[in-house]
Amino acid sequence: MSDTRARSQLIPLLQKAQQKWGYLASEALREIARELRIPESKVYGVATFYAQFKLTRQGKRSVKICRGTACHVRGGARILAETKKRLGLQEGETSPDYQHTLETVACIGACALAPCLTINEEVHGRLNTIKVAALFGGEEDA
Amino acid sequence: MTSVAVVGAKPASPATITLTIDGVRAQTQRGQSVLEACREAGIYLPTLCYDPDLEPYGGCRLCMVEVEGMRGLPTACTLPAQEGMVVRTESPQLDAVRRDTLELILADHAGDCLICRKNGHCQLQEVSSYLGVDCRPALLREPTRPVDRSNPFFDFDPNKCILCGICVRACAELQGAHAIDFAWRGLETKVTPSGGGLWIDSNCEYCGECLIRCPTGALAPKNSQKASRYVKSVCPYCGVGCSIRLGIRGDRIVSVAGDKESPVNNGRLCVKGRFGIIEAVHSPNRLTKPLIKRDGNFVEANWDEALDLIAQKFHEIRAQHGPEALGVIASARIANEANYLAQKLARAVLGTNKVDCCARICHAPSVHGLLRSFGSGAMTNSLAEIEEAHTILLIGSNTTEAHPTVGSGIRRAVQRGTKLIAADPREIELAKIADIHLPLRPGTDAALANALAHHIIAQGLQNQKFMDERTEGFEEFWAVVQKYTPEYAEGITGVSAEKIKRAAELYARGQPGMIVYCLGVTEHRTGVVSVQTIANLALITGFVGQPSSGVNPLRGQNNVQGACDMGALPEFLPGYQRWDNPEHVKKFEDAWGVKLPKTPAHYPLIFCSRMWDDILKGNLHGLYIIGEDVALTEGNISKVRKALQSLDFLVVQELFMTPTAELAHVVLPAAGFAEIDGTFTDSERRVQRVRKAVPSPGECKPDWQIVCEISNRLGYPMNYQNADEVFEELRKLMPNYGGITYRRLEEHPGLQWPCPDEAHPGTRFLHKEKFTRGLGKLVGIEQEPPEEVPDEEYPFLLTTGRVLQHYNCASMTEQVAGVVQLVPENLVEISPKDAEALGLKGGDLVRVVSRRGAVKARVKIRQIAEGVVFMPFHHKEEPTNLITNDALDPICGTAEVKACAVRIEKRIKTL
Ligand code: SF4
Ligand code: SF4
Ligand code: SF4
Ligand code: FES
Repeated sequence: MSDTRARSQLIPLLQKAQQKWGYLASEALREIARELRIPESKVYGVATFYAQFKLTRQGKRSVKICRGTACHVRGGARILAETKKRLGLQEGETSPDYQHTLETVACIGACALAPCLTINEEVHGRLNTIKVAALFGGEEDA
Repeated sequence: MTSVAVVGAKPASPATITLTIDGVRAQTQRGQSVLEACREAGIYLPTLCYDPDLEPYGGCRLCMVEVEGMRGLPTACTLPAQEGMVVRTESPQLDAVRRDTLELILADHAGDCLICRKNGHCQLQEVSSYLGVDCRPALLREPTRPVDRSNPFFDFDPNKCILCGICVRACAELQGAHAIDFAWRGLETKVTPSGGGLWIDSNCEYCGECLIRCPTGALAPKNSQKASRYVKSVCPYCGVGCSIRLGIRGDRIVSVAGDKESPVNNGRLCVKGRFGIIEAVHSPNRLTKPLIKRDGNFVEANWDEALDLIAQKFHEIRAQHGPEALGVIASARIANEANYLAQKLARAVLGTNKVDCCARICHAPSVHGLLRSFGSGAMTNSLAEIEEAHTILLIGSNTTEAHPTVGSGIRRAVQRGTKLIAADPREIELAKIADIHLPLRPGTDAALANALAHHIIAQGLQNQKFMDERTEGFEEFWAVVQKYTPEYAEGITGVSAEKIKRAAELYARGQPGMIVYCLGVTEHRTGVVSVQTIANLALITGFVGQPSSGVNPLRGQNNVQGACDMGALPEFLPGYQRWDNPEHVKKFEDAWGVKLPKTPAHYPLIFCSRMWDDILKGNLHGLYIIGEDVALTEGNISKVRKALQSLDFLVVQELFMTPTAELAHVVLPAAGFAEIDGTFTDSERRVQRVRKAVPSPGECKPDWQIVCEISNRLGYPMNYQNADEVFEELRKLMPNYGGITYRRLEEHPGLQWPCPDEAHPGTRFLHKEKFTRGLGKLVGIEQEPPEEVPDEEYPFLLTTGRVLQHYNCASMTEQVAGVVQLVPENLVEISPKDAEALGLKGGDLVRVVSRRGAVKARVKIRQIAEGVVFMPFHHKEEPTNLITNDALDPICGTAEVKACAVRIEKRIKTL
């Protein structure tokens, strides 16, 4: 099976499964492999190659901190540190109550608002540690 | 893969190409790459991702060259050599770019050469030293990723991995397992076992192809020692007969490698061959001294005591009850020479024809069935031909686990476009990649074969010319088969008529079509006739008597073919020579200087499967068993054990204290395969040499010598100086072996019988112009159900088989810690639906109960026909054969261990 063919058949199915369950559990990957008769190892390889696919259950709020240059020069590192502290999470982690998942991304593309982050699709810009605290301080359910 | 596909493609016309490399004229074949042309010309080019057995990859870029008229620096491994090419392998520019490239590779490599297990044969070291690049900075780098030490045989250290992809490609292209692949991306890219977790949780089959090819220390064996000398031998673990090279240091085997020159396995091995030999041979549990049972306990004895006692007891029994009160069970695990002498001992010395071997439990139906249909009871083709078939019809063979290197060959063939039809109740690995999977109920092979034949004829797809010229019996055949429409067979087999039709058409249209089958067909009381219905398929399509076209039973044990050839079967003299042919009988009487025992005028013959009743009836009093654990491997072993316990005298010759040996009066310690000279005959009729590589532990003796010493004490001198002399005697009595000699076996990678004279090259496939019996015989045979069918009390049909890691009674494989770690206990496979209905989860402990007994096993959920459960039979703690059936095939006496009715009881207390 060539890589290209595997990918072209696989990706739509992975997307569908992720839409349905929110992430790709190992059982789901195994079923997809069996269905498409593609080796499980290949399915895993493709699923991990694309950042859009999640292999673990995600939090309700997906928090992404921008690591772009503009954010970097305007104190992105402090925003990240504060967010980590507030959420008690490291990059890539999900809180045990599945409320938050914390990630960093190369650039959100809202450089004018640097430093910034997104919560689900919503951009929060011109941040400082106080604003971050307000975003995540206590009221986790917002 | 991103490789340039042209390399390795079939050349338009075979032609030599001339090119210039570094100013020197070089020649190569069309289709070779520039890298291969360089190697042939003896020119070194640094490479890290090239492996001659794999498709070119072009990943490491170290093999780049300059080619006149071409822009850039193409990689030689992916560049097809072309006429007139002018290639430079060295220039200041090349050197600089190569060094940069290597430095980039080294930047991601963390490890200390001095404590690396690959030190000294690491390709990364070699390339660095060639390019003058210092690989020491690697030492200073902190390894950041955890090492995966989860599997018992080798470790994976991603810090040392250079992502050359050789392991991934070897696993996919050679083994066809696809157990590993690259995952993640960019700097995170990592070779990852399937499932994304640890190696041990993946579907790795531990063939070791990745391990032996990894150019760095990323994949490294747990134990490795360099050898001081090498001895060629044959794997002792299955009928494939993979050729191996034993690495010896002092008096121990320290390494095992596949023999690349062997046409049987081309260097490939399975987990048993690669990782299961050393610990079995050098196990501290080996028997090392003769043992005599006194007051219920074994006490050590010297050889004279033990042998004298045996001679005396055999003598007494014969005097009291006649020669027929003695029996010998020879072995599919010992060498031909020992098998030959064991049957000679029975027939010429003890005077009994009660001699048999473990072929009775497996392929006796093939010997009889194919003999009846074709005239010769062995594989019609060679193993290598399987990979060349257009279509493979696989029936009742879980090849991936039972004959692993053949199984990987079938996967490779399928990856290259061979069509595969797999008939098996379980969704075995090969069923997953098959074009058509026919999940039939166990024991309905004849109905399936009849329906395939019906559809072939109904569609006019038969080879009428072949049928007219080379077969007989059509009327009788059709009288039965005409009612086996696919629809009718659907009711019996559980396979949809539509699938049966597609399979029939695929097989009949596949030129050449090849049938491969195994014990799923034979281990039933209908084994012989089922084999004949399968042979019918080859006869109506004409798919027999050509390369890659025939009917091929995969023989189970390393020398089961040889044991049958040597006449360790009551119904045949050596070389399948016949009791009803006075010339054959006279030949042996003259050679052995005795009258042969009277036989088989009085059928039924006492097959070993009938010996148990024979003992219990008081007809058989003394038994000599060599290398077979009947108390574990026969059907319904409660009866076998009872019979063995009621013998007056039982001698067991063994490597280990098996459950059978426990019941003996005298136990004799035998030398193992690596400790003797001799020959094994593998499934494809290939006679191969094993050689004495290490001394035996303690006082073990070669099997053939022990037989001689018993014979001498019984007054029939057997004075052979060595195994070669025994072979000389037997080959002169067996026309098929006539041209095989030890000397020729040094020159050839084994010789395939028939090999009638010393100029004969051996025979790759049988029945070329004429069947051994003249015309091929078509037969009409009705499907009979298994003796036991599920009912209310026992609602499941149990079928049995092997797992990859263990070998039959497991006396050898249970010595191997890694194997025990992988498969520690008995298991029962059940379909997801049945498991749900019973409220079972994977890992639950259950009792599987039949009319004959009960065993405990762990539940494993798997795709298998509903109403069917599967168990392996390796574990002596919970032996599956306590519950299997011993209903016998009326023709050849093989027990129906592949079908019996059971129920599954949840354990009251789960552990
Ligand atoms: S040992 Fe064999 S099956 Fe396992 S990963 Fe390596 S090549 Fe694949
Ligand atoms: S583990 Fe070895 S063979 Fe596999 S990619 Fe890494 S370096 Fe290459
Ligand atoms: S396939 Fe059979 S002969 Fe080959 S290595 Fe495995 S057990 Fe040995
Ligand atoms: S060997 Fe040619 S690119 Fe690696």
